[in-house]
Amino acid sequence: MTEGIKIRATLKGDVVEVKARMDHIMETGLRKDPASGQVIPAHFIKQVVATLNGKTVLDAQWGPSVSKNPVVGFRVKGAKAGDKVAIKAMDNKGETFNGETFVA
Amino acid sequence: MNLMRRVFLGRFGSVGALTIAMASGLLKPVKALAAEWNKAAFDATVLADSLKSVGGVSATESKDILINAPDNAENGAVVQLEATSKIPGTTSILILIEKNPRPLLADFEFSNNAEPYVFLVAKMAESSRIRVLAKAGGKTYFASKQVNVTTSGC
Repeated sequence: MTEGIKIRATLKGDVVEVKARMDHIMETGLRKDPASGQVIPAHFIKQVVATLNGKTVLDAQWGPSVSKNPVVGFRVKGAKAGDKVAIKAMDNKGETFNGETFVA
Repeated sequence: MNLMRRVFLGRFGSVGALTIAMASGLLKPVKALAAEWNKAAFDATVLADSLKSVGGVSATESKDILINAPDNAENGAVVQLEATSKIPGTTSILILIEKNPRPLLADFEFSNNAEPYVFLVAKMAESSRIRVLAKAGGKTYFASKQVNVTTSGC
């Protein structure tokens, strides 16, 4: 169900624009299975931490309203080509996801 | 390395102070660096409670928070949102969907030259105002924008 985080990091001047996509069901815990009538348990990414060359640039907390297969974007000033962008995410079941790329 | 050590020891003075710093949570193991997930805020089911849990009750309205969101979103399952704060010294941006069953969508903290800007795709249960909070210099500011949803995304 889940793979690594896909990241694109594009330099515009000295600002890197990062877009990342995670494959995740992002189940809210509020929906019912139409067949059984049972509530489908919540299953969503709740924490996302991004680093640029090992330094934390973004520390995010999410709730279950973030869309399925979340896409998140952010910008960091003072970046240059070749800098390493890494993102780690953790869901409410403790499963972790990682991705990294280099600024192009 | 030596420089870092000097700065570090300069700040904490002694091993004793270091122990105190660790015990008080100033220094956490790398794995625990991420801030504690704000369960009360994300579990809140009405806007007033969400705002209370994130210190957003007495926020000041600001035109320096820009929200880029569609006026009309056909599919509430994928609503693209962009939030930018032009307020100097902004350290975090929070996004709330006022009428969602769990209004708090996300809380982003910026550091090390990250710009106070985020893009995120949200689920919206129904037409609602999107409220964006920005924290800067110990104060909280907000802006909001109405988004009308044709098909519920929850």
